[in-house]
Amino acid sequence: MTQAIEHLPSKLAHTAHGPRAFGWWGMVWLIATEATLFAMLIASYFYLRFRSQPEWPPSSIEAPELTLPLIMSVILLSSSIPVHFAEAAIKKGSVTGLRIGLALGSLLGAIFLGLTWGIEWPEALHHFTPRTNSYGTMYFTITGFHGAHVLGGLVFSVWTQVRAWKGAFGADRHLTVQNFTMYWHFVDVVWVAVMATIYLSPHL
Amino acid sequence: MATAALTRRGMFARPRATTGWWSWVTTIDHKKIGILYGVTAFVFFLIGGVEALFIRLQLARPDGQVLDAELYNQFFTMHGITMIFMVVMPMGVALMNYFIPLMIGARDVAFPRLNAFSYWVFLFGGIFVYSSFFLGGAPDGGWFGYAPLSRTLPGHGMSYYSLGLQILGIASLAGAVNFIVTILNMRAPGMTFMRMPVFIWMSLVVSFLLLFAMPVLAVALFQLMFDRLFGGNFFNPAVGGDPLLWQHLFWVFGHPEVYILILPAMGIVSEVLPTFSRKPLFGYAAIVFAGVAIGFMGWGVWAHHMFAAGLGPVANTAFALTTMFIAVPTGIKIFNWVGTMWGGSIRLTTAFLFAVGFVAMFIIGGLSGVTHAFVPHDAQQTDTYYIVAHFHYVLFGGAIFGLFGGLYYWWPKVFGRLLGERLGKLHFWLYFIGFNLTFGPMHIVGLQGQPRRIYTYPENMGWDLWNLVMTVGAFVIAVGTLVFIVNAVLSRKRGEEAVADPWDGRTLEWTTPSPPPEYNFSDVPLVTHRDDFWHKKYARTPEGEPVRVFAGAEHADDDEHHHGIHLPSPSYFPALAALGMPFLGYGTVYKILPAMIVGAAILLLGLFGWGLEPSVEE
Repeated sequence: MTQAIEHLPSKLAHTAHGPRAFGWWGMVWLIATEATLFAMLIASYFYLRFRSQPEWPPSSIEAPELTLPLIMSVILLSSSIPVHFAEAAIKKGSVTGLRIGLALGSLLGAIFLGLTWGIEWPEALHHFTPRTNSYGTMYFTITGFHGAHVLGGLVFSVWTQVRAWKGAFGADRHLTVQNFTMYWHFVDVVWVAVMATIYLSPHL
Repeated sequence: MATAALTRRGMFARPRATTGWWSWVTTIDHKKIGILYGVTAFVFFLIGGVEALFIRLQLARPDGQVLDAELYNQFFTMHGITMIFMVVMPMGVALMNYFIPLMIGARDVAFPRLNAFSYWVFLFGGIFVYSSFFLGGAPDGGWFGYAPLSRTLPGHGMSYYSLGLQILGIASLAGAVNFIVTILNMRAPGMTFMRMPVFIWMSLVVSFLLLFAMPVLAVALFQLMFDRLFGGNFFNPAVGGDPLLWQHLFWVFGHPEVYILILPAMGIVSEVLPTFSRKPLFGYAAIVFAGVAIGFMGWGVWAHHMFAAGLGPVANTAFALTTMFIAVPTGIKIFNWVGTMWGGSIRLTTAFLFAVGFVAMFIIGGLSGVTHAFVPHDAQQTDTYYIVAHFHYVLFGGAIFGLFGGLYYWWPKVFGRLLGERLGKLHFWLYFIGFNLTFGPMHIVGLQGQPRRIYTYPENMGWDLWNLVMTVGAFVIAVGTLVFIVNAVLSRKRGEEAVADPWDGRTLEWTTPSPPPEYNFSDVPLVTHRDDFWHKKYARTPEGEPVRVFAGAEHADDDEHHHGIHLPSPSYFPALAALGMPFLGYGTVYKILPAMIVGAAILLLGLFGWGLEPSVEE
C-alpha cells in the first residue's frame, strides 16, 4: 500500500468527513433508528395513560416535582454548547479547543447522570417502584433508557477524548468528533421529549 | 498524518488466512459473508422444515399422538420464528450481501466489519434461541407472542423469545444501516437512482423498513422482558398496563415485516423475468415506485391483524380501507411482470419457473389477503387455517419461491458452476405440487372452522381427508428440498462450469468472472444506461434488432493491474464482539449477574479492539 501511495499523482485526501464520509451516514441512520425507539417508548407511555384510568399518575402518586428536572435539563442542554465549539475548533485545526470542549461537555453530562441516578431516582423510589404499576414501570423505563444513552454518550466521549489527546484529529481528520457531536446533540434533543413526557405532561 | 493509525497494532496479530475455516471466521469480504448467511439460513430452513413435518404428522389424523400439546406449542412457535427471522430474512440478506456491491459496481459494502458483526450476531442469536430446547423448553407462545399469555407462560421459553429476537434484531439493524449507506453512497459513476436494478431498489426499501421497524419490535420485546423477568407492568391490566399495547407494537413492527420478507423476492423476480424473457423490465419506474409506495403504506395497515381485538368500528373501517389500498401497488407490480413476459422470447429455465411460480402463488396469497380486509369476513377467518393458508401463499409461494429463483439464477456467479436444470425443474415441480397440496386445502378447512395453533382435532369434523392431503403435500415439499440438496452437491462436483455471463444478463454482476475476485471489479465500471451490461453487449440495427457488439465479460481481468487495489483486512473483532450477545442473553434469562458482566466485557473488548485496529494493515 505504501507503494500505491507513493505513486499517487497528487496529494489526494486520505480522509473524509461530513456527508462525504460513510461513517457520517452510518451515524445518521443509527440516530434515525434510535429516535424511532424513543418515539415508541413515548407512544407506549401515552397509550397506557389514555387507556388505563381517569387519573394519571394513578393510585394517588403525585405528579413529579419539576425543580430538579428543570435544573437537569439546563445542565444537559447546555452541555451541547461546548461540544459544538469542540467540533468547530477541530475544523479549524485547534486540538486544544477540541480537548477543552469535549471535557466540559462530558463533565456536564456526568453531572446530569449523577443527578438522575443519585438524587432523582432515589427520590422517586420513595413513592413508587417499577413494580408498583404501569406508571412506575414507564417512568423508570423511559428515564432509564435515556440515562443509558447518556452513559453511552459519555463512553463515546471518553473514547474521543483519549484519541484527541493522542493527536488523532486535525482539521482534515475528525470524523469521529463529528459523529460523537451528532450523537451527543441527539441524546440532548431526546431529553426534551423525555422531559415533556415524563415530567411536564402529568401536570396537564 | 496517517502513519500513527497505520503503524498501531491491535491486541492480536492481524489474521491473514485466506483459506481454511479460520479465514471464514475472520472474513469481512461481503461475498464470503453472503455465503455464510446463505448456508446458515439454509440449515435453519431444514430445521424449521423438520418442525413443520412434525406438525403435519401430528395433524395427519384426528386425535394425533405424535406430539403432546406442550411440544406442539413449542414446534409451531419455533417454526414461525425460524422461518421468519432465521430463514427468509437472512436468505434475503445473503443475496443482498453478495449482490448489492456487485450490482452497483462497488468493491465491498460500506462497513465490512459491521457486516461480519451482523452475521455473527445472527448466528449466535439463532443458536441462543435454539439452545432453549435443551434448557427446559423452547418458546411456546406463538411467534406473535401475545400478552398477557406471553408474560405469564411458565418456564423460560418466552424469555428466550424476548432476548433471542432482540439479538436477531441487532443483526438486522446493523445490516440495514450498512446496506443503506452502501446503496446511497457507493454506486459506480453513472449509476443514478433510476438506473439501479430493481433488486437494489427493493433492498433499499427493505433496509429502510428494517431501520424503522426493528426498534418498534425492540421496544415491545424490552417491555415483555421487563414484565417477565423484572416485575414490570406494561401488559398487566390489574395495575394500569394493557395487553393491547403489545398487539399494537407487535403489528406496527409486524406488518412492515411482511414487506421486509416479500420485497427482496419481488426484487429477484424483477431481475429474473426480464433476463429470461430477453426484454427490458416492463414499467421499470412503475415497479420501483410501487415498491417505494408499499414501503410507506405498509406502516398504515397494522390493525387489520387486530380486527378481532375490539378496536371499534371507526378504527376497523379505517384500517380496512388502507388494507384494500395497499393491494393497488402490489397489483401494479403483478401487471408489469406479466407485461415483461408478454411477447418475450422466453427461456424456461428453473430460475424463470420459480419466478413465474412466485407471481402465480403470490396472486393467490394476495387475493386471500384482500379478503381479510373485510372486517366481518375477517371475523370468520381469524385464528383459522384460512389465515395459515394465506400467509404461506405469501411467504412460501411468495418469498421462498422467489428466493429459490434467485439461488438458481445467481448460483453460477457465486460458485462458478451451474445447478443442474433437470434436477432443478424436478425440484420446482415437487415444490409447486407439494406446496399447493399442503396449503391449498387449508383455505377449505379454515373456512370450515379448523382453528390454528391447536395441537389436535376430533374425528368427524369433516377435516380428516384434507388434513391427510396436507401432510402428504408437506412430505412432497421435503422430497423437493432433498432434490435441491442433491443438485447442489452434484453441481459442486461435476456441474457445468459457469462462464462470466451464463444467462446473457443485463446487470453489472455478470461483467465479473464467476466467481468474482475478492476486489469484484479491477476497474470501477462507468454506467451509461439502465440494464447497462446489455447496452454494452448489444447495439441496435436500423431495423431495431439487437446485434452483439463484443464478446462480453471475457475481456475482463485479463491484465494484472489490480495489485494496488485497496481492500480492508480481515478481523477477529466482529466475531468476538458478537460472542458477547449470547452471554448477555443467558445472563438475563437466568438472572446471573456474572454471565451478564462477562457478556458485556466480551462485547466491549471486541468493540475496543475493533475501534483500535486500522481498517487496513499491510
